[in-house]
Amino acid sequence: MSTAVTTKKDDRRAAPPRPERRSRRRLGDQAAGWSFAAPSTLLVLGFSLLPMGWAFRLSLTDSDLVSEGQGVGFANYRTLADDPVFWKAIRNTLELTGIYIPVSLLLGLGVALLLNKPIRGIGFYRACFLVPFVASAAAEGLLMAFVFDKDFGIVNGLITRAGLPAQGFLDDPSQALIVISGIFIWTQFGFNVVIYLAALQDIPKEVLEAAAIDGAGAWRTFRHIIVPSVRPISLFLAVWGLIDCLQFFDLLFTSTKGGPVNSTITIVYYVWQLAFEFFTAGYGAAVAYALFAGSLLAIVVGMVFGRKKGFLL
Amino acid sequence: MTTAPLSRLRPSLRLTGRLPSARHLVLLPLSLLMVVPFVYMLGASVMTRAELNRFPPPLIPLGIDLAGYRGLLTDSQFPRWFLNSVIVAGVIVLSQMVLCSMAGYAFARLRFTGRKVALVLVIATTLIPFQLTVIPTFLIFNKLHLINTLGALIAPQLASALGVYLMTSFFQNFPRELEEAARIDGCSRFGVFFRVVLPVARPALAALAVITFIYAWNDLFWPMVAISSQENYTVQAGLATFQGQHRADWPQIMAGTVLTTVPVLVVFLIGQRRFVQALAGAVKG
Repeated sequence: MSTAVTTKKDDRRAAPPRPERRSRRRLGDQAAGWSFAAPSTLLVLGFSLLPMGWAFRLSLTDSDLVSEGQGVGFANYRTLADDPVFWKAIRNTLELTGIYIPVSLLLGLGVALLLNKPIRGIGFYRACFLVPFVASAAAEGLLMAFVFDKDFGIVNGLITRAGLPAQGFLDDPSQALIVISGIFIWTQFGFNVVIYLAALQDIPKEVLEAAAIDGAGAWRTFRHIIVPSVRPISLFLAVWGLIDCLQFFDLLFTSTKGGPVNSTITIVYYVWQLAFEFFTAGYGAAVAYALFAGSLLAIVVGMVFGRKKGFLL
Repeated sequence: MTTAPLSRLRPSLRLTGRLPSARHLVLLPLSLLMVVPFVYMLGASVMTRAELNRFPPPLIPLGIDLAGYRGLLTDSQFPRWFLNSVIVAGVIVLSQMVLCSMAGYAFARLRFTGRKVALVLVIATTLIPFQLTVIPTFLIFNKLHLINTLGALIAPQLASALGVYLMTSFFQNFPRELEEAARIDGCSRFGVFFRVVLPVARPALAALAVITFIYAWNDLFWPMVAISSQENYTVQAGLATFQGQHRADWPQIMAGTVLTTVPVLVVFLIGQRRFVQALAGAVKG
């Protein structure tokens, strides 16, 4: 998302003829501006910056969620290094991200390309691709836990009817994360379709026609015109996808609950467990902070890299 | 904006007399794959428990059995959860429509000290993950004795960075002439905003309402943390805990997922165009 705000127009048009009126209007703008902007600004900042600072203080204590706890310095952060579940959660989150981002970007771009030229039923298609995105992740988690149930699920029903061996899916530690990643892609990639579709429609027709006249085939047009044109959008969607993966909770909560044997536990889920199930809020805050620092670094690097290449994110 | 106008589609078909595009061969199965699970969910919700506890389970219900829905509406607190969700999402949507559009208007139009800093700070908060703020937020509401109330679910969402951002970019592209005329007629800033600007900003407000409703209705994480007693659950939280208690009663669980999903789908289908435009516009802006 761009944070650039155009101000030039405001300056020019707001200049009334006489100086005393000008200053009065300025004053009026000050008062009106702040009274209009203050409620949202205070609410948004109050519910993010304040808890963010508090979370850091908390991460230096052994708070149990009920009492403030004692200051323990950086002991929580040192504990992290030897916490196998923490590392498991990081590995799972990375694996999820590694599957999710490329697949959802490619699928999103692919479907958007198919929908880009006039086609009958585009409204129907677009709605279909967006339905899993707008439906609640909690309900989708329940539904998928049921569909992929090892003993009674419809998927195993179809597989065995086709004469293949039944699979463990969400009950099998070696499959669960992959199945969860697939479900997550199903719930989210419609968003990428819509965004890519809008980006594709911004590519000037002349450019595509010129390429066609020059004899560029479908693949070369895709590779040398479409991919570079939508690159800023791809970068945005990759960052967005990363944020989605780092916040991945609802779907897990109603399907695997991080199991079996932590095979699908993610960082958010672990933070939730630490604070609200095990009542180790101080340690939970430390895990959250470690993750935040890491992800911020990843996002900033991504953005700087993107800017350097001349893309506007 | 993302839909090809029909006028462009029809003549080309007539002129060339082409067969339906081969792209349908990919799009149709793929799009059906997206929605088939929901169709199955609807089907499963009217199956009997015996049908669903059989292996392999039937693809389509043999008859329509509403026991799942009856059980859900009478034995559980689902109607209460539903009402809670309506209240929470409704208040959040109304509040964001007022507060975010006010802030967006101010950031886009009014010149006041600290405007840029405030806007950048607000937008930067989208990078702060909720798991970082959730524990202190819980502690704040606990201290205020507001934990386990609907107020705790509403307050953090009264305004949002996304809403402010959407409305700011909308008002930046909004024609000035109307306001200027009203100003000259002696309207105050507040008068101009509420009587002249807001009525014309309906498309953006509708988009904001649709997006906010979907987010507010679907949220599970914060209700799970903030609410401890059943009667204050939202549908999502109710559904999530419900599953633990009624493990084998799949028709009832599926009925719950259907009733939880229907409101967002209805809102989405009504506001689809605005929703899509707002998403695409926000990213491109």
